[in-house]
Amino acid sequence: MKLARLALAYLAARPLLTALNMTMLALGVATIAFLLLVTHQAEERLARDAKPVDLVVGAKGSPLQLILSAVFHADVPTGNIGVDEAEAILANPMVASATPVALGDSFRGFRIVGTDASFPGLYDATLAQGRLFAAPMEAVLGAEVARRHALAPGAKITGSHGLAQAGPAHDEHPYVVSGVLAPTGTVIDRLVLTSVESVWEVHGHHGPQPGKAALPAPAGQRLEITALLVRYATPLAAAMLPRAINATTAMQAASPAYESARLLDLLGAGVETLRWFAVVLMASAALSVFVALTSALQERRYDLALLRTLGARPATLAALTLAEGVTLLVGGVILGLVAGHGAAEGLGIWLGRTGSWPLTGFAWVGGELALVGGVLAVGLLTCLVPAVQAYTSDPATLLGKR
Amino acid sequence: MLEIRGLRHAYGGRTVLDVPEWAVGRGEASLVLGSSGSGKSTLLNVIAGLATPVSGSVRVDGEDVPSLAPARRDAFRARKVGLVLQTLHLIGVVSVRENLRLAQRLAGHAVDERRIDEVLAGLGIDRLSRARADEISVGEAQRVAIARAVVNRPALILADEPTSALDDANCARALALLFEQAAGCGATLLVATHDNRIRSHFARRLDL
Repeated sequence: MKLARLALAYLAARPLLTALNMTMLALGVATIAFLLLVTHQAEERLARDAKPVDLVVGAKGSPLQLILSAVFHADVPTGNIGVDEAEAILANPMVASATPVALGDSFRGFRIVGTDASFPGLYDATLAQGRLFAAPMEAVLGAEVARRHALAPGAKITGSHGLAQAGPAHDEHPYVVSGVLAPTGTVIDRLVLTSVESVWEVHGHHGPQPGKAALPAPAGQRLEITALLVRYATPLAAAMLPRAINATTAMQAASPAYESARLLDLLGAGVETLRWFAVVLMASAALSVFVALTSALQERRYDLALLRTLGARPATLAALTLAEGVTLLVGGVILGLVAGHGAAEGLGIWLGRTGSWPLTGFAWVGGELALVGGVLAVGLLTCLVPAVQAYTSDPATLLGKR
Repeated sequence: MLEIRGLRHAYGGRTVLDVPEWAVGRGEASLVLGSSGSGKSTLLNVIAGLATPVSGSVRVDGEDVPSLAPARRDAFRARKVGLVLQTLHLIGVVSVRENLRLAQRLAGHAVDERRIDEVLAGLGIDRLSRARADEISVGEAQRVAIARAVVNRPALILADEPTSALDDANCARALALLFEQAAGCGATLLVATHDNRIRSHFARRLDL
């Protein structure tokens, strides 16, 4: 009989204790793996979505809200700005390009963005089918929108107010799908793009919505957009342009890179707390494995003595004890990784249903390797004490005490 | 086969074993008789290489066991000695057959299923082959302990109090099995006991 099988037999003989030890370890590993997956994907996603935009110019209010609404499309806008004000920004020599964004509606949880032909270029998006919107009430779908609702050029869609799917519908103003974008892995995959004029047309028939986020103005009134996505012409602009806009206009300028970092800092405190909680959980699990092995060793001291009488070397007994501990550790780590990735995938599926941020459990983050290595190293150190006890046990004394 | 000279062992300065000279030939059966605490188990442990005496030599097939390096002593024990312990201790979490396989593996042999079948059948416990060792009766465990001791065809079988917990009928049966199995593999048999019921079965005896 091989050592590993004997170690397994010993573990199987105490199923409840074995299961509890593995579960404790798995909970710690799962929590940290889950946090690693979520934070890594969130950071990556935020960085990818924010990268094409140097500065967002919009209505005064919370800069974080402005970025969340105009870049990440995850919040209501702070308000609108006049087209004339936006044009003044465009004329500034420090601005290389400025892409308008007019928000207000969504299609089944996916935001409808009134913009111009430069928007897909910000995310290096290309057309997979059809063509870009040209006439009013034409729309181009992001890859995820088209995939989720099995839409192709020629299909008709209608928007509804706000980001929630339950908002009042604009059934009388359907969009015709003119094209579908290829997947990019950025926020554009989850957007419906149309012209700013289409958004104005849809809302030209509505009065202001009390209590709702501001919408572009009805036709005939002062024309408004929600924000401008600016790219700098020169690095110097980063220092001068935001200050100039914030100080001299009725608008505010916010940096996506800065606000993303601030958002991650805000989330970071909570994540850090959870991470420490998981570390404590794992330390408890390591201690529990130690207690389990030590008590098992005590229970089994006659078995160990017997194995010595059969010719087993001290190192063989130490290896047997280690094999038992390692089986617990590896089992706990595998269970934990499966649970952590499963939880991330489950959250991803739930978030996907709500049409918001995409997350997957089918990913491997570099930090997980360090996690596995760390847990196994600490666990092995924990197992070493009982293994040394097994190594140094004196069979004659043990048998004599029986 | 077994030669002991000037053997002395002590615990904490107190002498627990003193055997000036004793020898047992190949294939012979001998009794080590003594009351509790007289050093019977210690003698068997020293012969098996599980304990190192304070002084003296214990030669088994020409090898001086106490002077062997620890690793060689383990190998010697696995290769040449079959032990039947007082408590008939088996590895309870695995089957009877696995207990015998384990003995073969730890002795450095390949698992020989035919030999295991032969030994189990010889002791009338072949039906227990797949039973878990902690689920069999004391009488059955005793036979399994004997099976494990002889499965590697040892040159020397050491039995520590194999009959002291048994009634007369089972005592005679266990002893007969030990004799039979020792004869079957041509082994020297050493039985340490305080059980006076079995002294008449042995031609040779060491009193401690």
